[in-house]
Amino acid sequence: MKESHKITNPPWRNKRAQKFFMESVNINRESILATANNLRWEVGENLHDTLMESIYDNAYSIASKAVILPDKKPVYNFDRTLDRILTSKYFGFPIMLVLLGVVFWLTIEGSNVPSGLLAALLVDTIHPFFKSISASIGVPFWIDGVLLDGAYLAMAWVVAVMLPPMAIFFPLFTLLEDFGYLPRVAFNMDPLYKRVGAHGKQALTMAMGFGCNAAGIIATRVIDSPRERLLAIITNNFSLCNGRWPTQILIATIFIGSTVPAYVAGLVSAAAVVFIAVLGIALSLVVSWGLSKTLLKGEASAFSLELPPYRPPRILKTLYTSLIDRTIFVLWRAIVFAVPAGIVIWLVSNISIDGVSAANHFIHWVNPVAFIYGLNGVILLAYIIAIPANEIVIPTILMLTVANLSIAGIGAGSGVMFELESVADTADILYAGGWTLLTGINLMLFSLLHNPCSTTIYTIYKETKSAKWTAVSTFLPIIMGLVVTFFVTQIWRIIVN
Amino acid sequence: MSGLDLNNCADCPVHNLGNLKKLGINMSNFDYVVALAGNPNTGKSTVFNYLTGLRQHTGNWPGKTVTRAEGGFEYNNKKFKLVDLPGTYSLLSTSTDEEVARDFILFSQPDVTAIVVDATRAERNLNLVLQILEITDRAVVCLNLMDEARRNGIQVSERVLSKELGVPVIPSAARQGEGMNELLNIIFEVASGKFICKPHRIKTSSKELNFAVDKLSIEIAKEFPNLPNTRWVALRLLEGDQSIIDAIRNGELGNLKKQNLVTVNQS
Repeated sequence: MKESHKITNPPWRNKRAQKFFMESVNINRESILATANNLRWEVGENLHDTLMESIYDNAYSIASKAVILPDKKPVYNFDRTLDRILTSKYFGFPIMLVLLGVVFWLTIEGSNVPSGLLAALLVDTIHPFFKSISASIGVPFWIDGVLLDGAYLAMAWVVAVMLPPMAIFFPLFTLLEDFGYLPRVAFNMDPLYKRVGAHGKQALTMAMGFGCNAAGIIATRVIDSPRERLLAIITNNFSLCNGRWPTQILIATIFIGSTVPAYVAGLVSAAAVVFIAVLGIALSLVVSWGLSKTLLKGEASAFSLELPPYRPPRILKTLYTSLIDRTIFVLWRAIVFAVPAGIVIWLVSNISIDGVSAANHFIHWVNPVAFIYGLNGVILLAYIIAIPANEIVIPTILMLTVANLSIAGIGAGSGVMFELESVADTADILYAGGWTLLTGINLMLFSLLHNPCSTTIYTIYKETKSAKWTAVSTFLPIIMGLVVTFFVTQIWRIIVN
Repeated sequence: MSGLDLNNCADCPVHNLGNLKKLGINMSNFDYVVALAGNPNTGKSTVFNYLTGLRQHTGNWPGKTVTRAEGGFEYNNKKFKLVDLPGTYSLLSTSTDEEVARDFILFSQPDVTAIVVDATRAERNLNLVLQILEITDRAVVCLNLMDEARRNGIQVSERVLSKELGVPVIPSAARQGEGMNELLNIIFEVASGKFICKPHRIKTSSKELNFAVDKLSIEIAKEFPNLPNTRWVALRLLEGDQSIIDAIRNGELGNLKKQNLVTVNQS
């Protein structure tokens, strides 16, 4: 049956016969089109409506034979009641914030202890063990340095710092998604996006960006209008992604949580992360508004959003898929990028120019500039090394700080870190590196507002096929990040002094 | 295969399960192409994952599959390539996801189109089913989310539905794996030509429209004798659908070659 579609050899022998053959076929085809044109007049212009009506009628008559709906409406309709609350004018947004807050709070409270255990195992136990083996068999210092102090340590830090928060955050987030909450978020957000001249579905792609910006950008294909799609692509980076959640959570725990009494530290840190996430959403609205008034002028188009029924989340399946698909996937990506980054870190920390390491040169060189933005040279260098993946920003910062500031008591020299347990020790390193509450706040802001990772940039280029819009999507967030941290820093310094 | 008549135990789930080999992304040398179509959020991706063993991300929200996902499985010693199309409410408008779905069913001519239907919203889902049945005459309806329908006290008779639509209807709850064996079996029967569908065609009360469609489809059938969906092409022509006009003009409609077109139209 399938074979019948294959074209048999056409019955022409020479060019002229071929031409004649083609033309005669085309005449037939054109006559079909002509007939269609004539008939179109007879049918009238409401053909589409007639057709749709017929389809609806047919569907109705079939359904009325095959479907028996319940006699009376259930007294208590769970879905509808829940929707009335979750998408209500007054409760919708507060509930959204509380749910997000609870998710972060559980993540922050839950990941501290396992992080410490992992660090103790991977960094404090296995690393010295490998070092002693390599010393006993006489491995050259630079191989030992690149592999163990660079690649291995970077990997160990990624696992210790990132695995616990991810293993808690992703399953919780996936449970919310499986339950059907995300479309309600989109429903709540839709009027806001429409008001700024963007497509309501941008709320959906934004929600996907919370997982991964590259995925969110691919998801913008659901938006038909190229103008609105570009808005969604450019602003997707304002959704904190997988790679950035752990940075936010960790820095909030260390710097924000420590400013308040211990019993509320978790709550306050969670609130800070929620604030950054909401700030991201707000900025995506502001930027969409700005662009749709300037470079990308136009009206928002309408669409219909169906709220799917709530489904009881399949807890075990969710645990499994979110652990395998998201946690392990992101962790693997982080490790893949951390290994070369670790090597780079070790090299820039150990290749010396005039007796000072290359990293140190750079750090001291940009420190005055970074100071204006309330950041420091280490952070800027870390963000350059970590362009391939946001996941490795924190481990890179830690390693660079230890390697290049020769902090007494911690670390055993260039590019090596030892004896760090739990978040408290991470905090010690950062404080020793001259970090303050202001640095922490600015890092959180800069983590929200900087260039997308290289995978995302590549995805943007593939989707837009435009160097111009890729450049806009890449540089706009950095510029915004520098502006925001600049003002925060200057205002902070005026108030504090 | 041995001389055993496998159909004798076709209803035995153990037998069917034993015959399903999930091939993941291995789709080489497939015998049949199966498309999965349906409204958004009816469980297409769940069915897809069940049959292929892949773990395409499923989520409880509409519009998550934008492009097609492809995977493979083997059943009764035949290899199937399964294509998960984006969920759409209709095939008549022009959004990207609707075009991906429509072009695949129209141009790639899958051996079977499995239409996943939300049993709790049967009437609205039927709008899409009816449109697909206009395009292809080899279709199977997977009446999914039966568990939710039961919970809501909705009864859907698959027998009546099957009789009205002229294609097999399999009640299922894909999240629990319920009905998947029966679905596999009927996909196999339709693909191998053991089961011949007599799909419902949209009846319209407009005499002018009926006349126009009849007249035009006869002409189209003359020019493209292998086209299974002349009525639908006629309807699209009457609506002035530019992509169909182009397909007629350059003869693409007649030169349908499966292998080539599987990779075409990737938006």
